[in-house]
Amino acid sequence: MPKEIIDTANHIAAEAVRIAKPGVVAAYPITPQTTIVEKIAQMIETGKMKSEFICVESEHSAMTAAIGASASGVRSYTATSSHGLLLMHEMLTWAGMARLPVVMTNINRAVGPGWNIWCDLNDALAQRDTGWIQIYCAYPQEIFDTTIQAFKLAEDKRISLPVMVNHEGFIMSHTSMPAKIYDEAEVDKYLPKYNPNWKLDPQDPLSHGNLISPEHYTEVRNDMQKSFDAAKDIFVKNAEDWKKQFGSYFGGMIEYYMCDDAQYVMVTLGTIGAEGKVAVDKLRKEGHKVGIARIRMFRPFPTEEIEKLSKKSTLIVIDRAISPGMGGIVHSEVKSCAAPGTKIFGFIAGLGGRDVTYGDIENMIRKAIEGKAKSSEWYDLKEAQ
Amino acid sequence: MAIKDLPKDEYLLKGNAACPGCPASQALRVVLKALGQNTTMVVPACCTAVIQGIYPKSAFNVPLMNIAFEAAAACASGIKAGYKAQGNDDTNVLVWAGDGGSYDIGFQALSGAAERGTDMIFICYNNQMYSNTGVQRSGATPYGASTTTTWTGKLEHNKDLSEIMIAHHIPYVASACVSYPEDLYAKVQKAKSIRGFKFIEILAPCPPGWRFPMESMVEQGRLAVESGMWALYEVENDKMTFTGPSKGILEGLRQRKPVVEYMKAQGRFSHLFKPGNEGKMKIIEQHLDVVWDRYRKQSSCLK
Repeated sequence: MPKEIIDTANHIAAEAVRIAKPGVVAAYPITPQTTIVEKIAQMIETGKMKSEFICVESEHSAMTAAIGASASGVRSYTATSSHGLLLMHEMLTWAGMARLPVVMTNINRAVGPGWNIWCDLNDALAQRDTGWIQIYCAYPQEIFDTTIQAFKLAEDKRISLPVMVNHEGFIMSHTSMPAKIYDEAEVDKYLPKYNPNWKLDPQDPLSHGNLISPEHYTEVRNDMQKSFDAAKDIFVKNAEDWKKQFGSYFGGMIEYYMCDDAQYVMVTLGTIGAEGKVAVDKLRKEGHKVGIARIRMFRPFPTEEIEKLSKKSTLIVIDRAISPGMGGIVHSEVKSCAAPGTKIFGFIAGLGGRDVTYGDIENMIRKAIEGKAKSSEWYDLKEAQ
Repeated sequence: MAIKDLPKDEYLLKGNAACPGCPASQALRVVLKALGQNTTMVVPACCTAVIQGIYPKSAFNVPLMNIAFEAAAACASGIKAGYKAQGNDDTNVLVWAGDGGSYDIGFQALSGAAERGTDMIFICYNNQMYSNTGVQRSGATPYGASTTTTWTGKLEHNKDLSEIMIAHHIPYVASACVSYPEDLYAKVQKAKSIRGFKFIEILAPCPPGWRFPMESMVEQGRLAVESGMWALYEVENDKMTFTGPSKGILEGLRQRKPVVEYMKAQGRFSHLFKPGNEGKMKIIEQHLDVVWDRYRKQSSCLK
């Protein structure tokens, strides 16, 4: 029987990691990730979890140790946030290019200066091109389910890529909510033991990651792209298989909410997509045909689904991150694959942890409905102080 | 053990991409003979990353994980933990890094792994500069040496990584030189027999980097030790023992050869022999006295 608990998203993520049974966990503390690492350390010290735990001296080393462990032939896991993730950047590319299925929880937090420990998505979105599959969660149950599913996807021999599971700092990480912790034996049926494509084996002495000439490099990149393409269907199928076995389900690459007949669809990542349901319900009562497409899988990007959506609905993209000099990051991505002639509005909102309430979301959608929205604008921008 | 008695097994294969007279490949050949087949190597950016050859070939007969410049010790920590998780506590996990990947950019990960007491061997082959990128100055470059970022000679003395590693209070620290393969072999074998974090530094005179003829590589290493510009020793559980010619020098039984004999054959020091640089020579000689004075004090403390 699953155990229903009320706990923070970080502790729920730690529970999922315990049940996934990684051989090695390597981590370095950073707010708001710390409570995951503390919980895992405690579970290992008290014998509730059997993994080797490496308390490294930096996030760069955390990712490197996770890479080394994965290359030795075991499942490996780490967690970080914000500047920790930025410090890992070089090694993120290493895990990706080495095709090592490291799974990492990243708790989305703004980047400094000044020091801001609150949520926005710029940390993870800045790692877009490092060769990591990226998933964004909005519910505690989704975090539990996705963490387990992440190992399955990463370790799938057709994929062999690292996976980053994101949830937002404090909004999720430190907020207690109910979730079901499924039975370990049941999860074992879903998640097979790790069987690596390659490992560092003295009986089979190969060099991994040595010099590679222009003659081969392009093909290595192309192979990676093929696996990213393949990951779309496998991710969707894994989520459906999970639903059949356990019952919980949060969508495929996108969670759609009332999109079938929607004239206006808000597109976003993370908790804004959950909060927005209240705004949509309210606007629906007034007769506005609105919906939400919450992108769960950002890399690979749901290109075909966004294109399809754009053919029947006006899109309102709310970005909790910005690419300075360009604009909203999800906004740019959505524009790049929308059908020609689609109306797309973009809002930058909620940076550095500023609240985005359902009232705010309602205001943004309403602005688009009333024809007052610009193609790209900042929401709730204060006058210069 | 005499050289002729070293194991015949070769783990660094013929046809590798090392320069003629390369000290790194010579030392590595001895190191891997001492460690044997059950060894996994981690190599950060350094000459050895090139020596291994180009994909899909490899010059190594042990598994080798290439990793980013600053990351070798952390990668080895992960491999060791992964092996342990699989019930394998026997495979030797070896980091083989240059002085850049140990003294400078690799230092944080090295210090972290040493502090954690990870069961591994970290070997720094020290050629006293960034030779792979074209002979730039490193934290291991000695005072006065000309490099491509210190054209007129480095103005600072090198730091002493082995001393820093002694301060980590790990079970084994050793200083060796490629020109003394029996001594090196014995030190690696000892490191292999000890649990915990082991650090060995090997002086590696680099012909193109130091600018001397490739056939005199072994001779340069010997001169370094005989002149006292390099010392052979080991520190096992806080007990310091000097080995080879360094033992005689420390005990006053043997005179250090004049340092000019060591320096005159190397292009990197040639500017110091030009008029007006006598003061710089004096600085090197005085520094050497200070270093040996410290060795004597240290060895009398670490008995």
